[in-house]
Parts: sequence; structure tokens; C-alpha cells
Amino acid sequence: MQHELIIAGFGGQGVLSMGKILAYSGLTEGKEVAWYPSYGPEQRGGTANVTVILSDERISSPVLNEYDIAVVLNQPSLDKFEKTVKKDGILLYDSSAITRKPSRKDIRIFEMNAFNTANGEGLGKVFNMMVLGGVLKVVPMVKLENVLAGLKKSIPERHHKYLPMNEKAILRGMELIQEITN
Amino acid sequence: METIIKPENIVYGKPRLINNNPMHYCPGCSHGVVHNLVASVIDEMGLAEKTIGIAPVGCAVFAYKYLDIDWIEAAHGRAPAVATAVKRLNPDKMVFTYQGDGDLAAIGTGETIHACNRGENIVIVYVNNAIYGMTGGQMSPTTLVDMKTATCPYGRNVALNGYPLKITELLVPLEGTCLVAREAVHNVAAIKKAKKMLRKAFENAMAGKGTSIIEFVATCSAGWKMSAGQANNWMVENLFPAYPLGVLKDRV
Amino acid sequence: MRQGFTCLLNNSMAEIKLLKGNEAIAHAAIRYGADGYFGYPITPQSEIMETLMDEQPWETTGMVVLQAESEVAAINMVYGGAACGKRVLTSSSSPGISLKQEGISYLAGTELPALIVNVMRGGPGLGTIQPSQADYFQAVKGGGHGDYRVITLAPASVQEMADYVALGFDLAFKYRNPAMILADGVIGQLMEKVELAPQKLRRTEAEIRKECPWAALGRPAGRQPNIHTSLELDSTVWEQYNIRFQAKYKAIEANEVRYEELYCDDAGYLIVAFGAAARISQKVVEIARKEGIKVGLFRPITLWPYPSKRLNSYKNKVKSILTVELNAGQMVEDVKLAVDCQIPVTYFGRMGGIIPTPQEVYNALKKIVNP
Repeated sequence: MQHELIIAGFGGQGVLSMGKILAYSGLTEGKEVAWYPSYGPEQRGGTANVTVILSDERISSPVLNEYDIAVVLNQPSLDKFEKTVKKDGILLYDSSAITRKPSRKDIRIFEMNAFNTANGEGLGKVFNMMVLGGVLKVVPMVKLENVLAGLKKSIPERHHKYLPMNEKAILRGMELIQEITN
Repeated sequence: METIIKPENIVYGKPRLINNNPMHYCPGCSHGVVHNLVASVIDEMGLAEKTIGIAPVGCAVFAYKYLDIDWIEAAHGRAPAVATAVKRLNPDKMVFTYQGDGDLAAIGTGETIHACNRGENIVIVYVNNAIYGMTGGQMSPTTLVDMKTATCPYGRNVALNGYPLKITELLVPLEGTCLVAREAVHNVAAIKKAKKMLRKAFENAMAGKGTSIIEFVATCSAGWKMSAGQANNWMVENLFPAYPLGVLKDRV
Repeated sequence: MRQGFTCLLNNSMAEIKLLKGNEAIAHAAIRYGADGYFGYPITPQSEIMETLMDEQPWETTGMVVLQAESEVAAINMVYGGAACGKRVLTSSSSPGISLKQEGISYLAGTELPALIVNVMRGGPGLGTIQPSQADYFQAVKGGGHGDYRVITLAPASVQEMADYVALGFDLAFKYRNPAMILADGVIGQLMEKVELAPQKLRRTEAEIRKECPWAALGRPAGRQPNIHTSLELDSTVWEQYNIRFQAKYKAIEANEVRYEELYCDDAGYLIVAFGAAARISQKVVEIARKEGIKVGLFRPITLWPYPSKRLNSYKNKVKSILTVELNAGQMVEDVKLAVDCQIPVTYFGRMGGIIPTPQEVYNALKKIVNP
């Protein structure tokens, strides 16, 4: 089983770290993982994206032109990556950042109002975890307990007090996500 | 005659670390005397087995042929960088560079300033004869205004070449330097004084006090196209006013 | 301390971590018992020095880590360390490696072992900061002045970034020759699972003196001075040195060739690629095999010495070869030489920091399959 994801948004939205948590979680489950970021000046305020691959077998290319799942958190990313979702693949977007809805009919489309909800419920800092919750609800590629274990190991001990907040955000994201029927 | 040649009658000998290889230096060149001082200080301090010398590119490129210690020949100007690593990786060793004005004050300016600024526990022996001797007498950063060389045949022109670089003065305000001094070896008194200063520099390096730089204002009789005696006099009359001898910094 | 994801393997000091290729280089160097790292920041490889500074190995193994004032100073620090018999390394990216070439030539000319890491970005000039393989010629044909060769290892995964630190040092010391890890921005920035080797002890001075009797560590009474120089005014003497260097390079060519073959047994076509291009090409092979195209991937691991002999053996087995490179077509010349131009060899690649997608490479492959 292999999951090929692209996660894209503005720099600062936690796109790269969301991918990292997913990779950590995959590693905890004994999977092969690859995390490949767009790097350079575009991290600073422009658009950032990261390719994440979880697989049961050796991963070939970390550079892909089509994905099983695209997670887009701003309009430029939707414009860029909608067309790269494989047929019958999944496109997931944050509705608060989108002005033009996706138009493809041959893929499954999910939306969540994560940004506004996160800020309204005091979870602004863990907005990306809310989105991750949505992703995992649609495709449970890793177990929630392993995501939490991965989080715990990947963040410094002094930040462990934020772990419950992260968990809350993931669970809330799972509630928020909904499929759009064309 | 035979009766006089006895060990107890020796008043002067070659330093033990100077070997019998014939030196390539020109008659009247200061390098031989400076080599002698370096070899004496290393030997007298009992550091012969602990010293690593870094040779430059320039007239002293073959310094490694004459002093029986371990040597690393650096690329042009990079001796302070080479010495930095050797000393950091071997903090108990004595590490010094031996460089001329082209090597230290032109191509190697960056390495010189940064090694001094980091306060590397090394000694920089800087021999300044205001000319590129090895390559046939071209202008160096320390060539005097109006002084003639192969690349400024009508004299150093400030408008074209700028001013003589007093790099030793530039190293004084750097917090990493502990001893900055300018010496010469043109007479016995100067040689004795210079040796004391050199020894102090070597002691500083072993005590971890920071970077010591000893500049030797020196002759280049061949490059200046003079006899040995003329070169000595010309140096006293012309170079000393531009590069006055003395201790510029001695941080206790 | 930078937080890495760690789990200890059972009964072993080896560790599984999730690391960027650049970070893996740093951890592997510490664990190999390296004595010193000297570098200067440049994208996309700055994580190497950042990780080392964060790990503070001088507190644990005693390894020296120093940020130099320039790439030029850094390579000359490496030269100094190498002359003492120490295990020293530096890392940079393309423009910085150009600056280091003089020093690498000196290392070759004095026969000193050192490890240089190049995480390539697009050139020429200041170029881009995005991945590239455009320094292939520079790495495998010499790079600086004079007749010399640098042992060149091309990692295609984060695990290999870690593994080739040890291999690079081993080969460098075995042959007293500089070795280079020639990676690209993809492998440097990519994060994957990596198993790090157990911590090795740094050698003591006595051990270095025994292992490297040439080391400039101070001359004990009775031994001749150890002098490291690449200057010799007598051409007849220096020619003899050169003859000796060339003999050494021949020995390396005879003994140290490394490569990987995937799906090559029944292949009618071959893709030849290294580093990130090989990873992309592996995907292409997977896609092509599903479409019934019998294509194999031949991945040189040592770019010098090049696996020419092995490649030559394919000239009677495959119909044609496609090289895939993140440059204008450099390695393709060595592939043509390897097969004596007896079968068609074509090149596909992108330049300037653009990474070809698997689809683009697949299209190029289909052109040679159905011309």
C-alpha cells in the first residue's frame, strides 16, 4: 500500500510540519516514508509545499507529477495542484482560503472550514493539526495513537504541554471534514 | 688552528634544528636570520617534537627544507587557515605560520584577519620586504610610494596602486591578538631583541593567550637590486620610517 | 538540542532516525569518529553545519566544528587537518565547491585524505538554489588544475548520505586521496528513514601516528620531518610523482567501482541515472514495466571510478540506453564511452534547478522504445 500526498499552502501555515508529523507517524508504524519540501525563499511568505509518501515498500521517486491526495490551503495551491490529483484520487481544501471551487468530476473532493474554526476555538496555533485530522478521517493511513506518539517524539519536551491541544485539533478536524458532491 | 677547534671554544653555532641543506636565499636576504631565530626559539623551548610549521608561497616556500620539524606547505595566502585547523585539532602542539608580505597582506588578507580575530593560538611570523622576491621583484601591498619594482617600473603610484598596507597595525584592534610587534634583523642588537619577542610569541601560543604576530621588516637585496650592505642601509632609511619598529600591542 | 525522531534498535547502538539527507551527513560524521568539520553556509546544504553546531560534538567525541570565513579558508582548514592524519570533512554547494577546487587539487597533489560533500544546485554562476547535477564533469574529471581524480560517490537516498560518509573516509584513507559525496538538492533536502551506525571512537594521537606515519603531528627524535608539499621545481621528479598518482588511480578504477542494477536481468532498454535522477527513473521503470516495456535501471554509485566495464556488458543485451540527468547531458559522454558507441545512447534531462517529473522521463523513454 502506498500513499502519495502533496500538501500546499502559504509559508507559515504549518504545511511542512504537518507533512513531517505524518512522516513521523508512518515511521512509527514501520512504514517507509519520504518527505520532500519545496525549499528556498518561497518558504518565507510565498507558497510552500511538501510531498509526503508513506509506503510498505522501498520508495522510488520522491518527486512526483500526480498524487493520491492533494491537501491545499490557499487558492494558488488549488490552482496548481487540482490537476495533479490522480483519477479517483482525493482533493482536500480549506474553504476559508478558497475563492474558486475545484471543478474536476473524476476525483473525490472534501472541504473543511479549518482556518476560521481553529481561530474561533482558540486552536489557531494548531490549525495544521486540524487539517491533518481531516485528512486522516478521509484516509486513515496511520493510526491516531501513532500520530500522537510521533508528535510527542518530534516536538521538544518543553512543548509537551501543547499535546492535548494538538489532539483536540485533530479530533475537531475529523468532525469538520465533509465530502462535496458534484 | 687545530688546537682552537674544541667544543668549549665555540662562540656561535648553527641552531640544531637548521639542517645542512644549502639555502636558496640570496646573499643579504633576511630570511636566513629569521629562520635561525625561529629554529633557536623552538629548540630552546623544547618544542622540536611538538611543532608544526606552515610554509607560505613566496620566497619562504622552501622553509620546510631547512628546519627539521614537521611542515605543511599551504596554498598562497592560506597559511593562517591551515594553521587554524592544525592547532584546533592538536591543541597541545606548537603551530606557526611563516609568511611574506604578498602571501599575508595581499592574497591572504582575509585568512590573516579572521585567524587573528578568532584569536587562534598560533604565531604568525611575517617577513615584510615590500616586494615579491620569488617571482622576480613585483610590487607588493607594502611596496613604498615611488618605490620601483617590475610591475611599477616608474615607482608605486598612489592613484593607480593605493598606499602601502600597514596590515600589522590593522591587527592591533582585533580582540583575538595578544602580541603584535615589529622587529628587524639588520644588526646584532636587533636580532637579540627580535628573538626575545619571538620567544614571547611562542610562549603565548602554548599558553593559549591568542594570536601573536611578529612582523620582521626585511631586506630583499636581489629584488631591490642592491648589495647586501646597501640593502640593509636602504631598509633603515626607507622602510623603517614607513614601518616603525616596536611593540604595537602586548596584552598581558 | 534539535529534536529528531529516534527509536533504538534492539540490542544495538545503531539508531533509526527520520532525517534530511544533509542532517544525516552531520550525524554520520560524528558517529564515524570524524575529527573536524570546516564549512561555510550555502543553500541547499546549510543544515549540515547547523546540525553539527546543534549536536555540539566537541562536548562528546571531541570533534572540532568551525564556521570558516569563506569556502577557500574552509578547504584549506581541511587541508591542514588532513596533513595531521585527522579525519576531516567540509561541505558546500556548487559555487562554494568551485572555490574549494584549488584546495582539492592541493589535497590530490599532496596525497591527503579528506571528505568533501557537494549538494549541487543549478549553475553556472550563482545560479539557482534548486537541485541540479551540473557539477558532474567538475567532480569526475578532476575539477581543479592538474592531472588528478577525486573518488566520487553519488548517494540516491538519505541512508546512502549517511553510509557514504564512512565509505568516503575509508576510501580516502585507503588511497590517501580526496573523496567526494556528490549529492543534489533533492537528496540533501529529502527526509527519509535512516539507520545510523554505532558511535565509533575518534583515534588517539598514538593510533594516528601508527596508522598514518606520514602525519604532520610533530617530529619525534630520530624520524625524518614529515613534509606535505605539492611543489617540486625539478620536472623529472614531479613527473615520477604524477606517474605514481596515475598508478594509484588505476588501482582505484580496478578495485572500487560500485553500482546498483534494478530490473536489469531481462531488460531490453536501460536507463542510466545517479542520485535524484535515479530515484525518478526508478519510478519510470515501475510505470514502464506495468505498460509492458522491459526497461532496467543502472545506477552508478561511484561516478569516478565509473562502472564502464559493467555498462559495456550491456551493449549486446539492450537495444538502447537513455541517460537521465539534472544537467545538459554530462554523464551521457561516459556512457557512450562505456559502450564504445555501439548502441544508441540518448540523454534526457532538465537544467537550472528544474527536476524532471516521472511523466517527462517516461515520455522520453517511450521515444526511444517507439522511435
